[in-house]
Amino acid sequence: MSHRPLCGSLRFGLLATLLRGFYSVKALEFVSGKHNARWAFWLLLAALLLLPFFTDALLGRGWVRIVDFAMLYIMLALGLNIVVGFAGLLDLGYIAFFAVGAYCYALAGSPHLALAFPMAFPDGVHLSFWMILPLAALLAGGFGVLLGAPTLRLRGDYLAIVTLGFGEIIRIFLNNLNAPVNLTNGPQGISRIDPVSVADVRLSVTQEIFGISLPSVHLYFYLFLAFTALVIFASQRLERSRIGRAWMAIREDEIAASAMGINTRNLKLLAFAMGAMFGGASGALFAGFQGFVSPESFSLMESIMVLCMVVLGGMGNIAGVILGGVLLAVLPEVLRHGVVPLQQALFGKTIVDPESLRMLLFGGALIVMMLYRPAGLLPSRVRRRELDTDEIVETV
Amino acid sequence: MNNATPLLQLSSIGKQFGGLSALSDVSLHIRRGEIYGLIGPNGAGKTTLFNVITGLYQPSAGEFHFDGKSYQVCKPHVLAKAGIARTFQNIRLFANLTALENVMIGRHVRTRAGVLGALLRDRATRNEERAITERARELLRYAGIEKPAQTLAKHLSYGEQRRLEIARALATDPLLLALDEPAAGMNATETASLKTLLQTIRASGITVLLIEHDVKLIMGLCDRVAVLDYGRKIAEGVPEEVRKDPAVIAAYLGGGDD
Repeated sequence: MSHRPLCGSLRFGLLATLLRGFYSVKALEFVSGKHNARWAFWLLLAALLLLPFFTDALLGRGWVRIVDFAMLYIMLALGLNIVVGFAGLLDLGYIAFFAVGAYCYALAGSPHLALAFPMAFPDGVHLSFWMILPLAALLAGGFGVLLGAPTLRLRGDYLAIVTLGFGEIIRIFLNNLNAPVNLTNGPQGISRIDPVSVADVRLSVTQEIFGISLPSVHLYFYLFLAFTALVIFASQRLERSRIGRAWMAIREDEIAASAMGINTRNLKLLAFAMGAMFGGASGALFAGFQGFVSPESFSLMESIMVLCMVVLGGMGNIAGVILGGVLLAVLPEVLRHGVVPLQQALFGKTIVDPESLRMLLFGGALIVMMLYRPAGLLPSRVRRRELDTDEIVETV
Repeated sequence: MNNATPLLQLSSIGKQFGGLSALSDVSLHIRRGEIYGLIGPNGAGKTTLFNVITGLYQPSAGEFHFDGKSYQVCKPHVLAKAGIARTFQNIRLFANLTALENVMIGRHVRTRAGVLGALLRDRATRNEERAITERARELLRYAGIEKPAQTLAKHLSYGEQRRLEIARALATDPLLLALDEPAAGMNATETASLKTLLQTIRASGITVLLIEHDVKLIMGLCDRVAVLDYGRKIAEGVPEEVRKDPAVIAAYLGGGDD
């Protein structure tokens, strides 16, 4: 048993490399020409499509679910990256938008509203997935503007405090809105949420496709993979656009940006709204996947977790954020599957709980990061170039 | 373009910071196509006036007309759109972006692609992006800094950073280019080439407002000069006259009756 942790972390190194590669296809074009890049892309796509079967075979049945969650985190981290990485607005309450999306899905796709409004919705509301998803994104975007508007004049630590408060307000509301009208069912949360069905294929039951039987977690894997790809695509396009440049100008120097004719108010609101929309959409996916939402999924710790993914990977760099998301989402699982058996084998009992070990490692990793790689594991394009130039200067 | 009306007209501008009156009753006008200098001893209110003109400060009193329109309470980005571009006394470039990107951001106000354009990258957006890049490269060449286009702004030399600020400001297609001490910290060669650049800019039809400590540069370059002291305008006119004005001499050298 004791060889398992090492084995697991190695595999996850592999997974991280895969996801990293997914992004660096563009970079490959310069290195090895267009032809090879296309090859690399197809290879990567095939690897990603087969990933759930690999994890099933190599790591065990539970891992696809973990990968599914990792992708939700990646989507969240990429959404937060727009606010923090591109526009430079420190947001410590980002999970609130995830919560808004999740509850939006929960209310619009479960029997719950029958409790609150039995006359209007005797069976609850059961909108289709494709209806709820944009609804959740738009609603979360609205909340993004709601948070953004009063914080426009705030910067840095002040902004962080206000956004932190906002995140908590949303969670506390969700916790208490079971009276006078039972809207959120309070701390018990909302259960029996309709599973996602895409083109009449219910993702909650095992489906037989081309003779391959795909369990529910596999189906969700492909759904999330598609959405993650979409979010990556959108992030990339936004980054290299007039809007993205304006965001970066605000991040670098707000006064100079406004002197250059950038309407900083509107663009900051837009960054909040775009980030929140990504968060809301992934929240909806989360609710459909989980079938159950409750306020405890949206604690401050989750906001901090997502922010850490962004910072650890490399703020502002899409590949870095993906890597950060993968690492932090699977770390607890690696620990859970590795540390307990290891301790059992060594000492015959569990001395350190993996949960507390997780926080220890986490804190340690962040400190080491800040000391040795302050720009993140994969620094952003600009930061990397910055290092390159430094080297040139040194050699000269 | 109507040449009779001044491009910028300030009437009785005042600016209070709490009880401190940084500017009082400053009136001046800048004609189209001229290089207008603003000088004065340290703390005279030059930069305050400059910030009022570029919308960073709201004037406490007075009127402000630019290009025939009145601007009362105005944000910097509105004035940038109206055609006022500025540089900063202590350089404020987008330090972690390249020189080219800095100038491309200057094009923001004259372009229009939004989120949908960014996501779909349709033909119009692609064409606009290409135009932005081309114009930015052109401006870098114009300002004499095309070589370090891909260098981060913060790694440019001091003189290059000053030039980049000017290129970025020019990217907004300004009617009035306002420069806050562009020659500060430059050596004689750099100052001379800056002078040439400013003359080229004026020749292309852009009006220039210049705040400067370097009196020699101001005198050699400006068509008209205004002198501020303690928040008031004490003299205005062609450089030769202003230089001989007793009030100006007193302000710079002290003395007079106290």
